[in-house]
Amino acid sequence: MAGFNKVVNSYEEALAGLTDNMTIIAGGFGLCGIPEGSIAHIKKMGVSGLTVVSNNCGVDGFGLGVLLEDKQIKKMVSSYVGENALFEKQLLAGELEVELTPQGTLAEKMRAGGAGIPAFYTATGYGTPVAEGKETREFDGRGYILEESVTGDFAIVKAWKADTFGNCIYRDTAMNFNPMAATAGKITIVEVEEIVEPGAIAPSEIHTQGIFVDRVIQGTFEKRIERRVTRD
Amino acid sequence: MALSRDQIAMRVAQEFKDGDYVNLGIGIPTLAANYVPEDIEVMLQSENGLLGMGPYPTEAEIDADMINAGKETVTAITGASIFNSADSFAMIRGGHVDVTVLGAFEVDVNGNIASWMIPGKLVKGMGGAMDLVAGAKNIIVTMTHANKKGESKLLAECTLPLTGVNCITRIITDLAVLEVSDGAFHLKERAPGVSIEEIQQKTAGKLIVDGDIPEMSF
Repeated sequence: MAGFNKVVNSYEEALAGLTDNMTIIAGGFGLCGIPEGSIAHIKKMGVSGLTVVSNNCGVDGFGLGVLLEDKQIKKMVSSYVGENALFEKQLLAGELEVELTPQGTLAEKMRAGGAGIPAFYTATGYGTPVAEGKETREFDGRGYILEESVTGDFAIVKAWKADTFGNCIYRDTAMNFNPMAATAGKITIVEVEEIVEPGAIAPSEIHTQGIFVDRVIQGTFEKRIERRVTRD
Repeated sequence: MALSRDQIAMRVAQEFKDGDYVNLGIGIPTLAANYVPEDIEVMLQSENGLLGMGPYPTEAEIDADMINAGKETVTAITGASIFNSADSFAMIRGGHVDVTVLGAFEVDVNGNIASWMIPGKLVKGMGGAMDLVAGAKNIIVTMTHANKKGESKLLAECTLPLTGVNCITRIITDLAVLEVSDGAFHLKERAPGVSIEEIQQKTAGKLIVDGDIPEMSF
C-alpha cells in the first residue's frame, strides 16, 4: 500500500506515460527554478511534437533549450523567448510555432486551468495583436478580452522541499510559475532539493498541497545563473 | 542639451512619492532606483515574484534562486516578500502597484504605447509589459524623444503593434516632460538648454505649449 506516498525513485517512473504530441506545463522563470532533471529526461526519452507552456524556453544548451536540439518541441506558449539562437533559427525556418502570451495572462491561464475555470476576462492585451480573434467585452466602460485557460498532460515543477505526501515549499524567487504549473497538470511531477517526512513542513507554510502532486523525485540541480550581476 | 540616460533616470525618480510601490522596466527605468530621494521610501516590485527588491548582491551574496525580472542576480531588502507569478500579476493587474516606469518605441496622443514588436524583426515577446500597462495606476514612459534617424517617437498615432491602449499619462524624454490628455501632448518641462522650438520640431503628434515652460531641475 503506497497510500499517499508520492515518491518515485527514477525519472523513468516520474515521466512514465509521456508520449509524442502531449502538452507539458513547465515552471521556472528564465533558468531560475526550472525542473532540470525532468527536462534532461524528456530529452533522453526523445518524445516529439510537444507543446510546452512555460514563461521562457531556456537558453542554448540549458533548460528547455535542450529540447530544441532534437526538434522535440512543436509549439511554445511563452511570454518571452529571447536569448536563444536555436529557438530563433527554428522559428524562422517554420519548424517551431510560438504563441506569445503576456506574462500575467500566462500565469492566470495556468492558475485558472488548475482551478477548473475555462476562461477569464482581462484588460491585458486589449487593443493589441494579442486580442486578435478573441472575444471582447466591456465592464464599467473598459475593454477586456476573453483568455482561455491551459492545462497540461504533464506538469513539471521544481520545488525546494517536498514531503512524501507531495506537500511542497519553494525557495526565494525560484517559486515563480511553479505553484501554478503544479495545479495545471493531469500528472504533476515535482523534483526537489530535499524530500522530508510528513510534518517536517508546518501545515500553514506549505505552498503547494499534495493533492495537486502525483510524483515526487529527489533531483540534483546545477542552478545555472543567466545574468550574474554584482555590486562589487 | 539633451539629457543622458542617468539624467532621465534622475528626473524619473522625482516622480516617486513616499510609500509608493514601484515597478521599473529594464534599461533607463531600472537606473531610477539609484536616484530615489533620500527623504522618501519606495518599495520595488519585480514581476517574477519579489516585493522589496534590494541592490545587486556582493559576490558572496549571489544566490541562483534570487533574481529579478531581468534575470539578473539581486537581493531582497529587510521586509521583502516573495510570491508566485499569479500573485505578482494580481498586484499588477489589480491596480495595486502605484507607479510603473517602462521604455517604449512609440507613444501617441491618445496614450497608446508600442514597445514590444517591430514587424520584420524577430519578436522576442512582451514579457510582463502588457500586464503592467493595463494594470498600474500611473505609468511613466521613458525614451529618447526621437529615434537615431531623428524621427519623432511621439506620434499622432502609433505605427507599430501596440502594447496597450489609452494608458500612458506621463512621458519623460531626453528633451522634455510631457503629459498626455485630451488627444494631445502637453509640454510641462524642458531639459536644461533645450528650446521649445526643438521639442516642437521633434514632436510629431499634437503638442500643446501653455504658458512658460520651466527647465527641469535636479
